[in-house]
Amino acid sequence: MFPGISLFPERASALAADVDHLYYFITAVAAFFALVVTIFVIFFAAKYRTKDPMAVGARIHGSIPLELAWSIIPFLISIVIFVWSASVFFDLYRPPDQTLEIYATGKRWMWKFQHLGGQNEINELHVPLGRPVKITFTSEDVLHSMFFPAFRVKADAIPGRYSSIWFEANKLGQFHLFCAEYCGTKHSGMVGSVFVMEPAAYQQWLGGNAGGATLTSRGERLFGDLACNTCHVSDGRGRGPSLANKFGSFEELADGGRVTVDEAYVRESILTPQNKVVAGYQPLMPTFQGLLSEENVMALVEYVKSLRASSEARAEAAATRDATPQEHK
Amino acid sequence: MAMSITQPRVDYLNHEHTLASWLLTKDHKRIGILYLLVVTAAFFVGGLFATLLRLELATPAGDYVAADTYNKLFTMHGVTMVFFVLIPAVPTILGNFVLPLMLGAKDVAFPKINLLSWYIFTTGFLFTVYAMVSGGVDTGWTFYTPYSSRASNTNVMATGLGVFITGFSSILTGLNFMVTIHRMRAPGLTWFRLPLFVWAIYATSLVQILGTPVIAITVLALAIERFLHFGIFDAALGGDPVLFQHMFWFYSHPAVYIMILPPMGAISEVIATFSRKTIFGYSFVAFSSLAIAIFGFLVWAHHMFVSGISVYSALVFSFLTYAVAIPSAIKVFNWTATLYRGAIWLQAPMMWALAFIGLFLIGGLTGIFTASLGIDVHLHDTYFVVAHFHFIMVGGAIMGYFAGLHYWWPKITGRMYSDIWAKVAAIIVFCGFNLTFGPQFILGYLGMPRRYWAYPPEFQTLNVLSSAGASILAVGYILVGIYLVASLFWGKVAGDNPWHATGLEWTTQSPPLPHNFETQPIVTEDAYEYAVREVKVG
Repeated sequence: MFPGISLFPERASALAADVDHLYYFITAVAAFFALVVTIFVIFFAAKYRTKDPMAVGARIHGSIPLELAWSIIPFLISIVIFVWSASVFFDLYRPPDQTLEIYATGKRWMWKFQHLGGQNEINELHVPLGRPVKITFTSEDVLHSMFFPAFRVKADAIPGRYSSIWFEANKLGQFHLFCAEYCGTKHSGMVGSVFVMEPAAYQQWLGGNAGGATLTSRGERLFGDLACNTCHVSDGRGRGPSLANKFGSFEELADGGRVTVDEAYVRESILTPQNKVVAGYQPLMPTFQGLLSEENVMALVEYVKSLRASSEARAEAAATRDATPQEHK
Repeated sequence: MAMSITQPRVDYLNHEHTLASWLLTKDHKRIGILYLLVVTAAFFVGGLFATLLRLELATPAGDYVAADTYNKLFTMHGVTMVFFVLIPAVPTILGNFVLPLMLGAKDVAFPKINLLSWYIFTTGFLFTVYAMVSGGVDTGWTFYTPYSSRASNTNVMATGLGVFITGFSSILTGLNFMVTIHRMRAPGLTWFRLPLFVWAIYATSLVQILGTPVIAITVLALAIERFLHFGIFDAALGGDPVLFQHMFWFYSHPAVYIMILPPMGAISEVIATFSRKTIFGYSFVAFSSLAIAIFGFLVWAHHMFVSGISVYSALVFSFLTYAVAIPSAIKVFNWTATLYRGAIWLQAPMMWALAFIGLFLIGGLTGIFTASLGIDVHLHDTYFVVAHFHFIMVGGAIMGYFAGLHYWWPKITGRMYSDIWAKVAAIIVFCGFNLTFGPQFILGYLGMPRRYWAYPPEFQTLNVLSSAGASILAVGYILVGIYLVASLFWGKVAGDNPWHATGLEWTTQSPPLPHNFETQPIVTEDAYEYAVREVKVG
């Protein structure tokens, strides 16, 4: 009547195995110390037990070598764990160069995913097997946390910021997606599934769900509708800087600082343009805070991203628009 | 041993009887009793919430209570247990009662402020109770923004005010104890002759004084944002939600040490007494308390590894977390070594203390997992974390409190409780506790997030085990309440020193005189010198 107990969650990525190996190691270390202390406590309590309330123990005050030993040895072991953990953490944190990009928004109480090809999903995510996937996401209201136990990854969705997680699924199937950061009434209902598919089946799924425009073309249309293109002209002579080939580069700021043009900076520049004005330009741009949904901001970000590609690549991208998302990279 | 012991003729309990003599008392012992009453009430309320939570979680579907009710229950369970049980329990009940006695003093340094602390504490508690019964609060005890500042329409600020008020009680108590330890020690009672409980209270007071103002500032900032709409934490108003977490944990992580250091001190007393020898490595145990208090302020962001802090700050906080674990490990090793060649007298307090070691050990060791960056990404906000901190807070702090309460009960009341029932209760609580929280480690690694009202069916078996354990745990705690109350009426008269312990508190009568000692005690030897005493007696 009750389901059986498993000790480990399903493992659907290579990094999940790395996390598990570290977990085994720490479990072994912890079990060792737990056993040693427990055995000593029970052994001493039994061996030196007395029923005579007037009995007196030996006059031992301590031992410096022992104190040093049980301070230094655990410390050294914890250094080993720390270094190993940090290296796994870096792997979990840094995606490889070529990833399949997916955008997502958390809002009470759903996860909304946007694929580059324009496919949208709610509380479901379809990804291909054997291909690194990077999800860039934010929250529209309160904190949420995107958690895929099978990939051992999680990051908070924070209003006003972009977070990202990445994974490379190596097992077909359906796995849990949870919201891990408490977000109110239906927090435990903000759950869903990730479907890991054969690449061919995935392509078929993409084709079957392609509805509207691609994310890039939606961004491009917004860029025109919001009249961004009146200032951000591509020859660099506009009132705003040209955005061609900007993504991924460094930008000198009017206050002397320097930023990397990444998703977060593009988002910030749309919503609070006065914060980091590019050197040589006036702070003329109006804010779009409150005028754009997070989904539309993401479309704009993706459009700015697409401008870094060479003109040939762009032409190609335009030709294959509405086809497969990975062609856009 | 042959002569029959009777209750003393005059003691702090019977020298005055009016209600005013209790409510206006400046006697640290009576104030300790006043705290005992309020904290016990809070423990009962918090425990009731926990019972309802575990009842709901026995089935995967959200069925027993509504989702909003569940969210309020875990919030109020956390708020009650953290701010009104764990933080005050050992310092204000046991600390108030025995600290001046241990120092050979008539009272604390500022008896009126001590009474004021109790009134502030009780006012804060009543405020929080009011917030609960008039609709409750659903933010989680962590009050994370922007949920707490924008989304929640429950009694956030009434609860916040309760916590805010209570904080002042904690600051005043810390200040009072610190001055008392500096200024009120008996002649000859040098720092390194102090019982380790006093060192632990001293280290705790340091954290209370330095840390508590920060939670007050945080609650105030939350109120300013909620009422005046100044953007501090809400991104939509130009604030930063993560800033709240920094401020919250800057207090609330050190607060973990406010909760665990005093029980650790009580454990040192119990283990020394029932091993009949001095604590192994006295100065290491003493200084480890201070080290924990100081380094405890430098690890707050280990609660935030997936909250959007930079990779490099995560590295620093992970490293410092491993560093702060070492002093706790040192304590456990020294307690274990103290048993070596002792004369172990397995009375009830010692049973509770040994149970403490077992559970605190698991709590501490599972901290290695959550401090590990690579694993915490997976474990954060899952049941693993819930299990880990319950092992520290309940397995550690509450077991330590019970060990201390059983140890000093004869001193406080002048009566002995049933040793057999106390041992049975210790075993029931130990087993029930492990059954409640052990399965939660597995649930957490399987990925079950915390604060879930409903959960996928594959997690049910472990949740049923956990709920079953919780009912055993409840039986254990109720049993403690029964035999302790029974001891007041039918308990054997304890006598001055039923455990044949060293320490000044055992040199006066039980219950003590209104002014503690007939003559000013003078200290001529180190703490826990059982061997020396034996030589003198023999």
